[in-house]
Order: sequence, then structure tokens, then C-alpha cells
Amino acid sequence: MTATSTFLSRRTVIAGTGALVVGFSVARRAFAQQEPQNVGEEPRRPVALPGSLKDAPLIDSWIRIEATGAITVMTGKAELGQGIKTALIQIAAEQLDVAPHAITLVTADTASTPNEGYTAGSHSMQDSGTAILNAAAQARAILVNAAAARFALAAGELKTGDGKVAAPDGRAIGYGELVSTELLHVEATPASPLKDTSRRLVMGRSIERVDIPVKVTGGAAYVHDLRLPDMVHGRVVRPPSPGARLKAIDEARVRRLPGVLAVVRNGSFLAVVAAREYQCVQAMRLLAATATWDGHSDLPESGKLYETLLALPSRDNDILHRSVALPPGGRTLEATYHRPYQMHGSIGPSCAVALREADALTVWTHSQGVYPLRGALSELTGLGAEQIRCIHMEGSGCYGHNGADDVAADAVLLAIALPGRPVRVQWMREDEHRFEPYGPAMIARLGAALQDGRIADWHHDVWSNTHSTRPGKAGDLLSALYLQAPFPPSPPRPLPQPDGGGDRNAIPLYVLPSVRVTNRFIPQMPLRVSALRGLGAYMNVFAIESFMDELAAAAGADPVAFRLAHLEDARGRDVVTEAARRFGWQATHAQRRPGFGHGFGFARYKNLGAYAAIAVEAEVARESGRVRIVRAVAAVDSGEAVNPDGIRNQIEGGMLQSASWTLFEEVRFDRTHVTSASWASYPILRFSDLPERIEVHVIDRPGEPFLGTGEAAQGPMAAAIANAVADASGVRIRDLPLHKERVKAAIGV
Amino acid sequence: MRLIKVIGGLVAVVLVAAVGFLVFAHRSEIAAADPPASFDRELVARGARLAAIGNCRSCHTVAGGLAYAGGVPIPTAFGTIHGTNITPDRDTGIGAWSQEAFVRSMREGVDRAGNHLYPAFPYDHFTKLEDGDLAALYAYLMTRPAVRATAPTNDLAFPAGFRPLLAGWKLLFFQPGRFEDDPRSSPELNRGAYLADALAHCGACHTPRNGLGAQQGRHEFAGGVSASWAAPAIDESNPAPVPWTSESLHAYLRHGRAEHHGVAAGPMQDVTRNLAEAEDDDVRVLAAYVATRMGAPSQEREERAKGLIATAAERLPFNVPVPETMGAAAARLPAGAALYAGACAVCHDAGRTGGMDGIDLALATGVQLASARNFLNVVLDGIHSPRHPSAVLMPGFAGALTDEQIVELAAYVRATYSNQPPWPDIAATLRDIRLNRIAANAEARP
Amino acid sequence: MITLTVNGNDHTVDVDPATPLLYVLREDLALHGAKFGCGLGQCGSCTVMVDGRAVFSCLLPAAAAAGRQVKTVEGLGTIDEPGPMQQAFMAEQAAQCGYCIPGMMMRAQALLEAKPAATEADIRAALEPHLCRCGTQARIVRAVMRAAQAMRLVDAVGRRAEASP
Repeated sequence: MTATSTFLSRRTVIAGTGALVVGFSVARRAFAQQEPQNVGEEPRRPVALPGSLKDAPLIDSWIRIEATGAITVMTGKAELGQGIKTALIQIAAEQLDVAPHAITLVTADTASTPNEGYTAGSHSMQDSGTAILNAAAQARAILVNAAAARFALAAGELKTGDGKVAAPDGRAIGYGELVSTELLHVEATPASPLKDTSRRLVMGRSIERVDIPVKVTGGAAYVHDLRLPDMVHGRVVRPPSPGARLKAIDEARVRRLPGVLAVVRNGSFLAVVAAREYQCVQAMRLLAATATWDGHSDLPESGKLYETLLALPSRDNDILHRSVALPPGGRTLEATYHRPYQMHGSIGPSCAVALREADALTVWTHSQGVYPLRGALSELTGLGAEQIRCIHMEGSGCYGHNGADDVAADAVLLAIALPGRPVRVQWMREDEHRFEPYGPAMIARLGAALQDGRIADWHHDVWSNTHSTRPGKAGDLLSALYLQAPFPPSPPRPLPQPDGGGDRNAIPLYVLPSVRVTNRFIPQMPLRVSALRGLGAYMNVFAIESFMDELAAAAGADPVAFRLAHLEDARGRDVVTEAARRFGWQATHAQRRPGFGHGFGFARYKNLGAYAAIAVEAEVARESGRVRIVRAVAAVDSGEAVNPDGIRNQIEGGMLQSASWTLFEEVRFDRTHVTSASWASYPILRFSDLPERIEVHVIDRPGEPFLGTGEAAQGPMAAAIANAVADASGVRIRDLPLHKERVKAAIGV
Repeated sequence: MRLIKVIGGLVAVVLVAAVGFLVFAHRSEIAAADPPASFDRELVARGARLAAIGNCRSCHTVAGGLAYAGGVPIPTAFGTIHGTNITPDRDTGIGAWSQEAFVRSMREGVDRAGNHLYPAFPYDHFTKLEDGDLAALYAYLMTRPAVRATAPTNDLAFPAGFRPLLAGWKLLFFQPGRFEDDPRSSPELNRGAYLADALAHCGACHTPRNGLGAQQGRHEFAGGVSASWAAPAIDESNPAPVPWTSESLHAYLRHGRAEHHGVAAGPMQDVTRNLAEAEDDDVRVLAAYVATRMGAPSQEREERAKGLIATAAERLPFNVPVPETMGAAAARLPAGAALYAGACAVCHDAGRTGGMDGIDLALATGVQLASARNFLNVVLDGIHSPRHPSAVLMPGFAGALTDEQIVELAAYVRATYSNQPPWPDIAATLRDIRLNRIAANAEARP
Repeated sequence: MITLTVNGNDHTVDVDPATPLLYVLREDLALHGAKFGCGLGQCGSCTVMVDGRAVFSCLLPAAAAAGRQVKTVEGLGTIDEPGPMQQAFMAEQAAQCGYCIPGMMMRAQALLEAKPAATEADIRAALEPHLCRCGTQARIVRAVMRAAQAMRLVDAVGRRAEASP
């Protein structure tokens, strides 16, 4: 039996057991499988506390103040390079009335921080930011009340600043002197005495990120840089095809190599541990060269990927259906869009360090969810969750569920084989390229009826695999599938609305009298997939916003005017108008140079997060088919902007990453294995592809809730590019990526 | 007096000869004309596929520049010539060229104004093109976007800059005329021969040239030069360790890489990128024809190739310090061996799984050639992906390794992966390459 | 035994001469600036300077670096006293995850040392071998432009100081 069949058929079998499994999973689904939700064992509380306070309501879960006055803020979220640490410090400093540098922030650590599930779904500001905002404001109020009692004054007469509470008579008392063990050990209340937005000193300012200095001076900034005493190095030998099973190895020869401490084999999981890193790499190479394998995966014919996916059984669900009788007449359009598998492609391959000592296991990891990972490792090792500590350390940018959790499991399996020695495992480049879980291939079919230049009817069908196979369970960890006694992968499940998975952002924000949106979830996975930044939103917004341009063209309308004519959401209208104005849409659109085109894209991420509108000018070289983005202008509304430059950095990054996906990226494979094994066979955006100019305009909304920003730009950017290409070349390309061969073929000679 | 008469007579003879030569060399201008407003789409498409085989872009488009706008410097033994603008711009391109003028340039090497063209423009090949193919190429070029661009002036040593002399060159070396089928050959091979000779002009690089830059017809395909690269022989003396077949040549020409042969580099990579856009059947017959010219390999060569492939498949990663991976040369040339192990082995022989598909160097033609030139070029510049030109397949080592180290590496690789004598004076070859680059201002960036 | 000169200091290490410099820097010398990204010379994360040129340390055998001047991002300044290149990256907030940044800084440093008047086009062209997955390229270019300006200023001030008696 080949291993794809283990991959596919086991899932099929589990999925096929039907109601029992589904019934079992329903209760957990809201926690475990909804991408951004918290994975907690505790039931939800009845009180609607803001943000993550509802899962961890004690104020001292978030904020601790020592007798020395030292302030520690704890978040269950992790720094992924998105600048979250800085923003959270700003929020806490503002509400506690202290300087940002007075705050020590502790990020995701199962020993000390609240369980906030995954750092994903652009939820960190909404969840953790909101929790810290409220916890800090309430903590400050508690401190003020305590001081009022000491001073025998009314709380309203006191002021805070610089970590002290001051009375009008000149008396002042430091926070540290006020706290007792129990003072902040109280549950938060739903309402908080927030500082008035007009008195903001720290929030709303582009203060410099706290994580950058160490990164640009060579400090130990990443888990990759962690050096523990007696640390040793491990490397895993991955199979030639994901479905291959290990037949034989030449262990003795590898053991004779200098520095080799252990060759670890468990079923088809094969690894080597050596004293020094390069010795380990050498041993891994020899082990790989001399190992023999049996069997292979049966992958789809790459030229027929979409047909293959459409032929698989799907579970269909109308996520929106509103029918009105349409008057006769008008014009109908239909279009189908495709997106291939795409990679996270972290620049630094995934890495983890694990140490097994006595009955404790410590794991340093760049996982996006230290608590869910701990659960999976507990199942993998048989150790109790309380014996395992997962500590987040920064990794190379992950952009979703990459190899971070998998490599943590690798390190743990090796640490168990060498107790007492910290084992560091870093994947090789080809491991990351070939074995990370990809962003799923997707198909979107859109249709609409136009009447009197307006959309009268709209339908959208989207086919996709799941967008999360994140751990929770041991079977979600790559190496667990290869063990002698393998763990079954979790049955694939769609992520429910309103966040959604494959159907994320499948519901347009536009006014549509009659509409049907259907999520067609395909459980069976030809290639291993999981969450890639934006999930289905990237594809759905690409499709919707491309289609909007096709409809505008059919209606003879300007693309921006056509969008505004169908958009009532005031904040949505604001970003569209602002992006068009800053771009100079009206002034320049009529005078486009030949070979140049303008394109527009808009969405509100998940219809819950940040609003983003993007205008792009692109040049299409007819001879080569090469698309060059000349300039891109974005307007974004993330609610209250805690760190405007942080928002700009995220949006710029999202735009460029999306440009890379949209213009270049496609995971290539043959019938047995992935052939995109390095940057040579998986090209991404380079400096020569960098637009001449990128602008991001932030519309600040002081006092409004924080709206997640990290994934807001990807969908609109993809559509803006495709629309600019269509405008420049006269050909509409509905298949991603818009690489030059495809553009050239579409243009013809 | 007599002397004066003699001198006078000689001057007169020279003058008459010169005037006669100029009359002989003279070509009339063909009047400027407006090209047809439109062309048949099929004809244009056919022209596009032919232009891909003709590799027009390589000399008429600068890297990253506008298509066919010219300006590409072409180094020759006589100085630098620049590819011209062949877009239909009226003033700086060929926009005022009638089809007649275009055909004359292709068949006779004379531009519309009547100037002789340098044979860097391979009209010695194009003269053999069929009328229909010329019409298609004309239709294709005339429908490209017009670009206003003037190529830099040629930089030629005296007297090569004097164009009428080219008439003499043509008299000696240029034979106008159509391609003729070989009646003993099949239609497919004749088509392949036609494409190779009349259009792809393989011989322009792969045939040696004489002192005046003319291809030596008697040694067709016996190997030549292209810029700083050696163009290997593609006749019976082809040096590939694994003999080429029609299939492997097809893969190589079409995709820029072939199993057991590696990746096209240097000017040939451009050729393969263009051929990727040609008609597949045309590339197939082209490959079949070249395979025929290489001939069937001897039994001995076949056996040796099989052995090399088997050895390559079983070769242990060299960068692992186990005795069995060390050949005799490693003991003799330890510095080169360490360089190979640390810089090359990770792709070229570390199991070669998962896309690190550097070829086993025992199979690489560049290691077998008489000159280290191609090997050194690859080490200095690396290789970009044939499919994705901006993606790096192999990085260049121009700044990483010192010249001394590159020489040590080359000596080691030659000793270990070829059965040929050591390269003579690698350091001198390297210096020569470096000097040419400084001259061409093409030295790798910091 | 191989003796390496890194950031002006000599270090003698006992490693296989073929060991890529990257591993020696990180493991033996505890210099974390250079990063492992691909090990194939395709991404630039491991870039350091050797004799003034930007070099992929993942493909440079340690033995080949002996006797040459190696400079890493740690040689550009410290967290307390950052050099002009580091200050420029901080000022422009030119990082997201930051993993690729030290390699970019070393390529940029090599460029500016060779060509202090480098233009934006020069900078973009020089950085072509480097990949950034977070999409920070625009800020990186701005940071290098800012560093160039700062370094020119320092240079000019230095020259003036030399010229005055």
C-alpha cells in the first residue's frame, strides 16, 4: 500500500465513519478547528468580557506588578515579525500610564501566559490587544482605588503617571507599593475605564519596534540562535516521496562518522543526532544516500489538478442564500478562477530545541500555538500536558502553519532518545519546501446578472480542502505519520463562518439583492495543506474583485465607481475613495500609457477585520508577458491605529507577498513527489520585481475596536494586479499565478 | 620622369581598382516604404515561432530591455558590434523597410540604405531561408511594438569599420543561395537540417572561424566560440561523457536541461529559452538532425557512459568525511578537494535528492573540454534557472573564492571527474576571462 | 586547525576544512547574524563580507576563508553602539521577521564601501541575490539609501577633519 493511500484513504475512512465522528467533534470544533479561536479546556464564560479576557478573566493573568514596581505584561500571542510585541506594550503603557520601556512583555509560554490559542487569523490585536487594553485600564483603576484608600481621598482626585499615583497635595505612591498578592488577582469586568482617546500619549504613535535592534545587530533573536549548554543537533531524513516507507539503512556506517551520537529510527521516521551542527548535516547526507525506501505517493497529474479536485466528493453548504424574484432581461456573466498550491516558504527553515529531563519536557518553538502544540506533544509522547512546557521564541516569518510544529515534534522525538541533552533540529531547505503544509489549491466559480448597470443576482461556489490541519492532535504532526505506530491525522474539517476557511471572504461586502454563496468543502487532500496567510480570503477576494471588474466592463462603468455604486458600508467606502484619490484614479485613469494598466481591489478581511483598498499600476511587456508593478497605493482602516507605521509595514509586506503569490508562485509536483524543492524551482518576488513606489495610507479611527491587519492586503492586491494586467493587455487571466508564460500565451502574438 | 610615370600609372591603377571596387561594393538604396497596415494572424504566429528558432532576440534585445530594440554588444575578433533595432520604428528601426528590403538584408547582408552588414548578423545562414519563412518573419517583426532606440556605435579596429570592405569579405566567403535538401535523407531530417542551418544558425557558434571571421565550412560543427564560451563540437567529435540522443537533445533544446547532461549555461541558455517558444515538432527535428550529425556512438563510448551513470548514481556524498568518498586526486590536491566538498558537493553529489539537482561532474561536458573556459565561467557566474531566468540555480563564486582557489578547484575537478589531461595554465585562462570582463564592464556585482 | 580573522579578531578553530564558514561563525564563534536559509546560495541569508566582497557563507569552506578578512553584521556595530547601516535599518523600521536582514545589510555594506555614491538603482540591482519573504524590500532599499547618506556624511566630516590642521 502506498502512503498516499495512508494519507488519503485513512482520512477518507475516518471521514466516512460519519455521524459518530462528526458528533464527537462538534463540541470541540468551535475551539480547536476554528483557525483563530482559543484552544482551551475551560468552558466559555457566560459574561461577555472583551477580547481574550473571556477565556482568561483574571487581571493578573495579563498584568503583574512586583513590589519593586516592575511591570510584566503577558500575552498568549507570539511575535511573528508582525510587530505585535510593540503594539501590545504601547496599549499596556498607555492604559497603565507608564513609559513603554517600563514594561516587560512575556509572550506565549505555557508556563506563564494565558492560553490564547493560535497567533493567527489577524486576531492578535482583537483578542490579546483588547484584553490587555481592558486589563490594563482596570488594573490602573484598581491601583488608583487602592491609593485613594491610603490617601483617604476620592479616586477622582488622583492622577497617574510614570508608574505612580499622585494626589493633588503632592503625595505620590508607586504602583509597586500598592500591590499586594491579591490586588490584581480579580476577575475583569465587562466595562473598563479607558483613557480618553484625546489624551493618548503612546497609542497611535509610530514608536520603533522593540524587536528590531537585536535582529540587526546579530543578537540571539530567534529560536535558531538558541545555544544551550551541552546542546546537540538533529536532522531528519525525509522520504523521497511523502508516501514512501523506509526499507533499510546503513546505520553502522553513519555511526562511525565523527560526532555522531545516535541514529534514531522509529518506523519510517529516520533521524541522526550529532555533537556539532555540520557533523549532523554530513551524517544526515550519508544516511539519506544509503537509506532505501519502498512505495510512493500517487499525486494528481499536475496538468489536471483542478479536474482532479472537482472530481473528489465535496460537502456543500450555502453560507449565504437570499433569493428575490428577478425582473426579466439583463445580462448574465460567469467566470471560473483557479489558484494552485502555494507555499509559506519561510526564508529560515523551521527550527526547534527540545530538552527531556527527569519527568519534564521543555520545547523552545516558533509554533503559532504553544498550548495546542503542547496538547499534541502530550499525545505524541504519552507525557501529561503539565509535564510539558512550550516556550515561544521567534522564528523566521511563518505566514501561517508552516513547519514550526512539525519540527518541534522532531526535536521532541530526538530529545526523548537522548535525555538530558538539549536537541536542536533545523529543517534543511528541501525539507521546508517539500514537506511544509501548503496553502490549498482552490477553484471559485462566480456568476452574476446585470440589470440596468447594477448587479441583480450573484452566485459564488468555492471548492477547497481544509485550511487548517494545525495541531491539537499528535496526528497533525508530520513525523507522527511515519512512526512504527503512527497517529491518525485529525479528520479534515471546514472552518466555520464567520471566519471561514476555504469560504473566508466568499461573501462580498457589496449590496446584492439576490445572492447565493456555497462552500464546497473537499475533505480528501492530494497534498498536505494547512493555513497560509489569508486562507481562502486571498483566492475569494481575487475572484470577487476580478469579477467586479469584468462586470464593470460589461456595464460600461468605471471600476471604482462600479464598486462604490454597490457599497453601502461607510468605512468600506472611505478606504475605496481614499485609495482612488491617493492613486489619482480619476486624473490618471483616462491617460494611461499604452502597455500600462490600472487595477483596483477592495475587501474587508473576513468581513470582520481591517478594510483595505488597493490601486495598482502595472506594465505588461507584450513580447515576454512579464508583468511589472509600477506603483501600488493602499488605504487601510484597522480601527484604532495603535502603531500606524506597524500597520503600514504589515500592509506593505502583505502587498508584496501577495504580488509574489500572484505573479510567480505555484507548487510543482510530478506523480510521486513535489518538485518545487528549492528557490530555483519555486521562484518568488525579487528586488527586480519591486514596484517603483508603494504607499499605504492609514485611516485612523481612535476609540474604535482594533481590527486585524496582517491579512487584509493579500486578496485586494491580487485582484488589483489581475485587473491592472487586464487593463494593460486587454486579456483577462483568471488562473493564478499570472506568470509571464501564462500572460504571453493569453496575449498571443 | 619615368619614375613619375610609373608611379602615376600605379596610382591610376589603384584608383581605378578602388573606384571599380567601390562600384562593385555599391548597393543601391531601397526606397522607404510603409509596411502593410496589417498581416495575417497565422503568418504572424508562424513568424513568432520561427523567430524563436532564429534566436533573434539574443542579439537584438538587451537583458531586461524592450524586445528587439537592439543595443546588445556582440564581441568579435575585430571589436564590438551592436545588435540593431529591428522593431518597426520608422526612424531608428526597420519601420520604413519594405519586405523586399528585409529579404535583401537576410539574403545578401545589405541594409535598406545599401550598406553592407557585418557577418555577426548571420546572413550567411539566413540566405538559405525559404520565401515563405522570410515573409512570416517580416510579418512578425513588423507587428512588434515600435521602439525608438538607436544602438550604440560599433567599436571596431581599423580597417574593419570601413563597410565597403565587407563586399570583399563576401566575395571571398559568402555564398548566397537557398537551402537544398539532401535527397538521401528523410523529410524530417531535411527539415531539421534546414532549421539548423538556415534559421537556427548553429554553426555561427559551433563551427570554427578563420582569421577573417568566416566559418570554416569543411569543419562544420567541429566546435567554435561564443563570447567567452567554448561552443563544443556537435559533430562526431562531440565531447559529452554520455552520448546525446535525439530525445536528450530535444529535452535540452526545449527545456534547457537534460538528464545526464545538466543545464544549459552561457549563451546556449538563451537559445533554449527561445526554443521553448518554438513549435515542438520543429525542435524535435532539429534535435534529430543534430543527433544524426553526432553519429551513433561507439560501443566503447556507450559502455563508458553507462559506467559513469552508474558511478554517479552510487557516489556517496563527498562532503562526508568517510574514506570511500575520497578519490586519489583528493590526496594529491587537498585544497581543491576541500573547496569542492564545502562549496560544490552540497548540490553536485550529496545524494542529489529533493531538487538539489546539480549534475554529477563526471557527466558534465564542460569538465571534458580542452579549455577550462566554460567551467570557469560557470564557477564565476553560476547558472540561472532556464525556466525562471531570475531564479538562481547555482550561485556564482566570483567574489567568494580567490583566483588561486578557483584554479585549485578547477584542477581538482578536472583530475577527478574527467579522463582528460590536466587543463593547461588554468590561471592564464582565468586571467583572460577576468580581463575581458573588466573590458566589457561585466564583472559580477559586489 | 584553521585561523579565521572575523571582525578584526583572530580565531583558531578545529573543524573539517570543508565545513562551510556559516557553521563555524554560528557554532564556534557564537556569531548569530549570518543565518542558514537554504545552504544553496539561493537566498542570501548567510551573506557576510570576505575581503570586502559579499559572500554566501553557507557555500564558502572555512579553509577558503583563512587568511582573509571576514566581516559579519556584528562587525558593523553593537546594540548599544549601532553602526550607520544598523541605525538606518532601525530608523526605517526595515524589518518584519528580520531573518533575511543581516545578509542584506552585509551585501549593502559591501556595495557602499565599493561605491559610496550608489544610486537607488545600484542598490536594487546589488540586492537581487537576496530573498525577503515578508515583503520588506521597499523599506530595505530606503534603509540602504539612508545608510549611504549617513556614511557619506561621516566620510566627508572625516575628510574635513583630516584636512584641517
